[in-house]
Amino acid sequence: MAALAAVTLLSLTACATDEPGAGPSGGSSSSAAGSGTGEQSKFFVQADYDAELALLGATPTGPADKPWEQMLNPTMVDTATFRKAGPHKICFSNAALNNPWRQVGFKTMQAEVEAQKSRIKEFVHVDAEGKDQKQIADINDLLGKGCDALIVSPNTTATLTPAVEAACKAGLPVIVFDRGVNTKCPVTFINPIGGYGFGHAGAEFVSQKMKPGGKVLALRILPGVDVLETRWSAAKVAFDKAKVDVVGVEFTDGDPAKTKKIVDDYLQRYGTIDGVWMDAGAVAVAAVEAFQDAGKPVPPINGEDQLDFLKVWKDKNLTAIAPTYPTYQWRTPIIAALRILDGQQVPSPWKLPQPTITQDNLDRYLDADMPPLHYAMCGCTDLPGYPQRWK
Amino acid sequence: MQIVQRRPLPLRRVRLRPGGVLPILAILAVLLVLVGIRQPSFLDPPSLMSFLGRSAPVILLAAGQYFVIVSGEFDLSVGSLVTAQVVVAARLIDSDPARTWPVVLLLLAFGALVGLVNGLITTRLRVPSFITTLGMFLILVGAVYLWSDGAPKGGLSEEFRRFGRRAIEDVPLLGRVPYALLVLVVVAVLAVALMRSDFGRTLVAVGDNPRTAQLSGVRVWRTRTVAFILSGLAAAVAAILLGGYSGVSFQAGAGLEFGAITAVVLGGVALGGGRGSVVGAMLGALTLELLFALMNFYGVSGALRSTVQGAIILLAVAVSATRSSSR
Repeated sequence: MAALAAVTLLSLTACATDEPGAGPSGGSSSSAAGSGTGEQSKFFVQADYDAELALLGATPTGPADKPWEQMLNPTMVDTATFRKAGPHKICFSNAALNNPWRQVGFKTMQAEVEAQKSRIKEFVHVDAEGKDQKQIADINDLLGKGCDALIVSPNTTATLTPAVEAACKAGLPVIVFDRGVNTKCPVTFINPIGGYGFGHAGAEFVSQKMKPGGKVLALRILPGVDVLETRWSAAKVAFDKAKVDVVGVEFTDGDPAKTKKIVDDYLQRYGTIDGVWMDAGAVAVAAVEAFQDAGKPVPPINGEDQLDFLKVWKDKNLTAIAPTYPTYQWRTPIIAALRILDGQQVPSPWKLPQPTITQDNLDRYLDADMPPLHYAMCGCTDLPGYPQRWK
Repeated sequence: MQIVQRRPLPLRRVRLRPGGVLPILAILAVLLVLVGIRQPSFLDPPSLMSFLGRSAPVILLAAGQYFVIVSGEFDLSVGSLVTAQVVVAARLIDSDPARTWPVVLLLLAFGALVGLVNGLITTRLRVPSFITTLGMFLILVGAVYLWSDGAPKGGLSEEFRRFGRRAIEDVPLLGRVPYALLVLVVVAVLAVALMRSDFGRTLVAVGDNPRTAQLSGVRVWRTRTVAFILSGLAAAVAAILLGGYSGVSFQAGAGLEFGAITAVVLGGVALGGGRGSVVGAMLGALTLELLFALMNFYGVSGALRSTVQGAIILLAVAVSATRSSSR
């Protein structure tokens, strides 16, 4: 009986742990050749990497004070066939709302809809709750609802591709943003520069600011997710080039407690850590706290544009940088939909600039009145309902 | 069965029997020596204190789990209860220091209430505790998700976080003593006192043989329900410390129930109840944390932790099963 119970317990552990479908095989981390960064990720594509790094230096076209309307190296496409008299009904199939980034993004999108209310008679939003099957059904349902344009933020790339293709065949303009799909049929695909740019910006800063050849700890959320893999693979290239000593690559599951323990463990093992890189900002504050609580100086570190990190950066005068995956990209699909329905040209793909917060512009983004998990790069301060809507 | 005779025996004798604390003390000593060889600086008072402080929540959960397991049941809901508590605390406190103490009291009440519900469903509705607490686990996960829209809101005040994060500085010899460690010591003393009281002996008797206990006048359902309430309270205290340690997170309690059960089993407590001591369970948790620290010093990937945990559960249960069948 007891043994049976134990077996059941074990299988329960399997369901209760976090999702990395690939399992904890990511343990390949340390102890590999070179600077300790291990093998390159199988998600790494050299051409994409080169293209993204080139975009980091490119000058965007469009209004400088509205980065969500700007575009990088645009190739315009004709949309005259979609021209239609307004006001319009715009439908949105959303992958999920299950993290603060998507929460802030969606509120920004709702505010954009409100700002354009003279031209939008109805905005339909369906949340797929992070499930591919639900999103496939959602898109199918929306096709029968008389939408004038369909916006899709896909949950996963491969699985949602056929559903998006079916939507294209229905004849209405389809706009995809954030994660992509494996088809060119949507009118445009909107996203910022991407993961390589993000990972590179953080790694380059950390390796330049730390002492040469020092010890770097890389903290990743989980393995096997393309947007996160690209961030790490670009960081790996930068660290290999800078010849720093990456003493550990660990997975945090996005859990601050786990992050703090990991950093604490490394401080115990190595005495000092000279740089910290992370693939997402959610646990940046926990990492900073681990140094503080151990009574050690916080080394050069990268986070993201969440306000809790920006605040501790400012208060503790850290050597830090915050590459962003801007939430203002949630405004762009609404703008794109209206332009397409006007028959105006839009860029395809629509590459948005991906700003980085540095010491020089930190004060511009730090807003003490907004909640700690708010994303500073929301481009939402001019939208209706700011700041209350985002609190 | 010889429970009825065993019940009045003093605790000292019980410890030397199977289920006593000697084996776990031996394992702990071996691990300490290994750590001392590999990383002598770990045994310096400041780093040892910080280790004990950050291990406190798991040790508390092990103590809570002990009460339930020794009475013959399981509590799988504690991990999700910790998550729920941390998320609720953040939203209610919303970074306002004045709300710290009311919310602390509310969390304790909430923990006790969840334990009460678990206990009553298990004992009065006769749902196996495995299923009851698994159901509670899912209910709490879902409720937190629904209530928070999938992302935690608000923030914890510095006053709230103090318990899990800060320490009394400049203590002679020890350096800094984390508040979490003080909380742990107080709870440990209370737990030991409780197990030495009549209630403690009744609890063990209920786990060993509920029928005999009932025939000798014990209200089994009430004893077990109290055990669940104690587990809920322990989860509440652990949540306060853990939330303080790391801040708001949706992951705060993920997997903690298994850590606690592993620790209890490792500490020589029999699954199915009736054997083992609360000190053993807490030492089991400490040993498990020390084992993880040792793995870290030897550069073993953190990803292996759950595998090690699983192997320990299987091994410990197998050892205790062979022992009891040969009795």
